[in-house]
Amino acid sequence: MSGLNNPFDPDLRLGACTCGQHASAAEHDAAAASAGVLGNDTEAMHRRVLASAAMRALFPRDDTRRRFLRAVGGSTAFAAIASVIPFGALEAMAQEKGPLEKKSLKIGFIPITCATPLIMAHPLGFYRRQGLEVDVVKTAGWALIRDKMLNKEYDATHFLSPMPVAISMGVGSTATPMNVATIQNTNGQAITLHVKHKEKRDPKQWTGFKFAVPFDYSMHNFLLRYYVAERGLDPDKDIQIRVVPPPEMVANLRAGNIDGFLGPDPFNQRAVYDEVGFIHMLTKELWDGHPCCAFGTSAQFVQENPNTFAALYRAVLEAAKMARDPASRPLIAKVISPAAYLNQPETVVEQVLTGKYADGLGAVKSDPNRIDFDPFPWQSMAVWILTQMKRWGYIKGDVDYKQIAERVFLATEARKRMTEMGMQAPATSYAKFKVLGKEFDPSTPDKYLAGFAIKRTA
Amino acid sequence: MTESLRAAALSLFFLALIVGAWHLATLPKETAAAAANDEYAKLMGKGAKKSDGFPTPVQVGEAIVKNLSQPFYDNGPNDKGIGIQLAYSLGRVGAGYLIACLVAIPLGFLIGMSPLLYKALDPFIQVLKPISPLAWMPLALYTIKDSSISGIFVIFICSVWPMLINTAYGVGAVRRDWLNVARTLEVKSIRRAFQVILPAAAPTILTGMRISIGIAWLVIVAAEMLVGGTGIGYFVWNEWNNLNLTNVLFAILMIGVVGMILDFVFARFQKLVTYVE
Repeated sequence: MSGLNNPFDPDLRLGACTCGQHASAAEHDAAAASAGVLGNDTEAMHRRVLASAAMRALFPRDDTRRRFLRAVGGSTAFAAIASVIPFGALEAMAQEKGPLEKKSLKIGFIPITCATPLIMAHPLGFYRRQGLEVDVVKTAGWALIRDKMLNKEYDATHFLSPMPVAISMGVGSTATPMNVATIQNTNGQAITLHVKHKEKRDPKQWTGFKFAVPFDYSMHNFLLRYYVAERGLDPDKDIQIRVVPPPEMVANLRAGNIDGFLGPDPFNQRAVYDEVGFIHMLTKELWDGHPCCAFGTSAQFVQENPNTFAALYRAVLEAAKMARDPASRPLIAKVISPAAYLNQPETVVEQVLTGKYADGLGAVKSDPNRIDFDPFPWQSMAVWILTQMKRWGYIKGDVDYKQIAERVFLATEARKRMTEMGMQAPATSYAKFKVLGKEFDPSTPDKYLAGFAIKRTA
Repeated sequence: MTESLRAAALSLFFLALIVGAWHLATLPKETAAAAANDEYAKLMGKGAKKSDGFPTPVQVGEAIVKNLSQPFYDNGPNDKGIGIQLAYSLGRVGAGYLIACLVAIPLGFLIGMSPLLYKALDPFIQVLKPISPLAWMPLALYTIKDSSISGIFVIFICSVWPMLINTAYGVGAVRRDWLNVARTLEVKSIRRAFQVILPAAAPTILTGMRISIGIAWLVIVAAEMLVGGTGIGYFVWNEWNNLNLTNVLFAILMIGVVGMILDFVFARFQKLVTYVE
């Protein structure tokens, strides 16, 4: 429901889009944002949303409302209704009008398309609309993201979704409670191999290969391990997996330091563009809808700055909402490609976001779901992450899967915020899903873990 | 023709030789026009300017003109002009180097005046001296908990040793006769330090400082590539991400030029304090 309509306009139908050119209000908003005309006055927008809601409650039938308004005139109607309904108080309740505890924030990011929502929120002014002065700071690697987050140099950051889990547990860092506010993106990764391996499409031929992943605690690492293990290779013995910051992957592939990588875009596409690699498979083919990166901050920041955190939440969700719409993807590619953000050729970013891409083997492929931006932080995904951390020996002993998942992934909070913004949020925080055809049931993680042939657990 | 003119001519000749060879080596090769599939070719960026292959001298020339024509633009925290980046780097080098001077010269004096201290501290200095800046970085980040101060710390820790060693050596090697003369004349120890030892050891100290500033400038690029954010090292890293070798070459050139200027300044200082016995 667009908040931009004037509910006191007798010529408007409430519930469709404002200008009548688009099928839905969401589409209209995307188009308006791309034209740069989307209202920057949030308060006016909120007021309208509330007034619309009130008018719809008073006049469930739209034609009755229109007849009423025509008869008495818009302003008279507003005065009459405002005398009975306290619009002001309603607004305050809806907006959580607490003052922002901290207005200028630093948010770290790695220049990859996974970070699309939190990056695009900057040039498109979504942070500013929430009253926040945000600097999005490009960072050289994930270890540095972790350190700067622990040092409190960043207020919030782009994370790999396993990172907050690991940091909260004190695995690979000092234990500091971290939270995942939203998932940044789902899918959107790929296994890229060097062009010299064009004939070696079966993982069984990969013995001795050197692969790069962005970080130990990354979906990339876990998915690559999962994939080769399902194909009978032991990821610790038959291949070598090393950590390389995403931006350096293509350069390393070109130099022949690695045979391939399971890495984030745009670097898979960039390897194709530079004719040094080809896309072996998208991670979507391993697990359709897997989470990759997350937007999060420390539990301390959430506690100390609840209103700022809420504002950040709204800004990032607003961006995610726009990013989910395929129609706005070319525009997004345009705004995040310049040197200040991804620093990539626009066509590379656009191929990633629209899913119409060259695969490096001479074919043009089209997969609109190559990357998506479903923000809901499924706690079942956190449980899966924990099973893989345990499987490969990153954590040892008994794990209280549910307790950690629920402490780190703020599903309830996300559901509330998403509902407030008119986004569809699932009613539950746990769901079963399939990874390479094998079903994962979040209620029986240890049984799932026991079902793997190749693992590091005793 | 004088010697220096001949040298300049020879330098120019070498430059022409290098650029000429470079030009020949990077002449565009005719790629087989396998445009069987237009759409695929378009997605691969055919026809558009691409970063494949080593940049030609002309491309680098264009990059130099482009970057130097607006050295101070500022498009937010991740995209700044080369002038601003260099200023950040010089600021960090200046801070780290200054702290190193403040520590190394007084300490070097002390060590130099006491042969016992010299022998006792020598093993520590010898172990710490060859450690690479990048090895210090994780430790610095973990303990200092601030990336920009960590950068300065790394500059400090890497540039302190040559100064320390040279100061100690210079102070220790002051001619006995001069010290004896001072003693005969009953010069007080502070006055002796400043009016006898300092001028005598100054050339050696300056040599140490000159080596140190060179090292500091070497270290900053590595440190900034790791820590990111601002500076010439970050600029190199950011352009490397984009596989933009043209800008990387431009940055290399700038690093060289600035390093040369720094060295030149210290060479001048060195000349000022040199004396003939």
